[in-house]
Amino acid sequence: MADSHTPTPRPEPVHLRRSPAHDMRAAMEQACTAGPHRVALREIPFVAQLGIRAVPGEEAAARIERVVGVTLPAAVGTTSGDPDGLHCVWIGPDEFLTIDVSRTHVQGEAEAAAAVLDDDRPGAGRTAGQVVDLSGNRTVLELTGPSARAVLEKGCHVDLHPREFPVGCAVSTLVGPVPMIVHRAHEETFRLLPRSSFAQYTVRWLCDAMLEFRALSA
Amino acid sequence: MLLIDCPHCGPRDEVEFHYGGQAHVPYPVDPYALSDRAWAEFLFYRDNPRGPFAERWVHAVGCRKWFNAIRDTVTYEFLAVYPMGSPPPNTSTASPPAHDSAHDSGSDPS
Repeated sequence: MADSHTPTPRPEPVHLRRSPAHDMRAAMEQACTAGPHRVALREIPFVAQLGIRAVPGEEAAARIERVVGVTLPAAVGTTSGDPDGLHCVWIGPDEFLTIDVSRTHVQGEAEAAAAVLDDDRPGAGRTAGQVVDLSGNRTVLELTGPSARAVLEKGCHVDLHPREFPVGCAVSTLVGPVPMIVHRAHEETFRLLPRSSFAQYTVRWLCDAMLEFRALSA
Repeated sequence: MLLIDCPHCGPRDEVEFHYGGQAHVPYPVDPYALSDRAWAEFLFYRDNPRGPFAERWVHAVGCRKWFNAIRDTVTYEFLAVYPMGSPPPNTSTASPPAHDSAHDSGSDPS
């Protein structure tokens, strides 16, 4: 790589980018139903997401929490923060995903956040951790309506009953054959985060699962 | 379908996991000192007991962490789940002793 880039990051050609489920927008609109069994599906594109690797309670986690502005959730299934803004999902005991559905990804924010881990002064403490931009890794699909849970239950491998999966709960599991994060943001709002390459298939799977409720509302 | 108790995520469906083969198979201290036969036995020969079997699993679509488990190969029941690097817990009290333990353990690869 001999070419000398200017140190300032170039602005992204935002108008050129296409979200992973871009081609499925018409299908998603068509699949939405009205009436008492209504269910709607939409994509929230280009959501800002940061992958965090740190062990809660350690110095690195504390620094990341300060700079990202959200506390890391403590246990499986839990989230922290605002479900309609910046929130954080528990993926593993040392792995977390922050999602800010209220805005789109900004170039360089992960690098800026990760800079807090670079403090190597003596006595600064162990700072083994990681913050990486994962905005392109997964896309956010939002399934809403009284029938949203019934649609997901056709293929979700965890119990979505409110007793087991209350509002604010989020787990990494399978829906159909697709690995994804399932997050109950509100009583009748589920956010699904499949990897980008699975987005089209996931939308097709969900549209098929929603078909029943269109027949019911007709 | 098995319900596997992930040490981090709790009970989840078997499809969320991947199997990692027999646990506690140590890498040879000096692989170059091994004969071809001993090396092949380390690579390919595993126990195939009837009864409790220590094996590795990974919660592939959940927390993505590896863990060890003792599973009864007759009943498919998980007798214990314990972290990687830990010695296998004694499950002899938990498991029915009826199984024939005289399987051919053959060549211990370690």
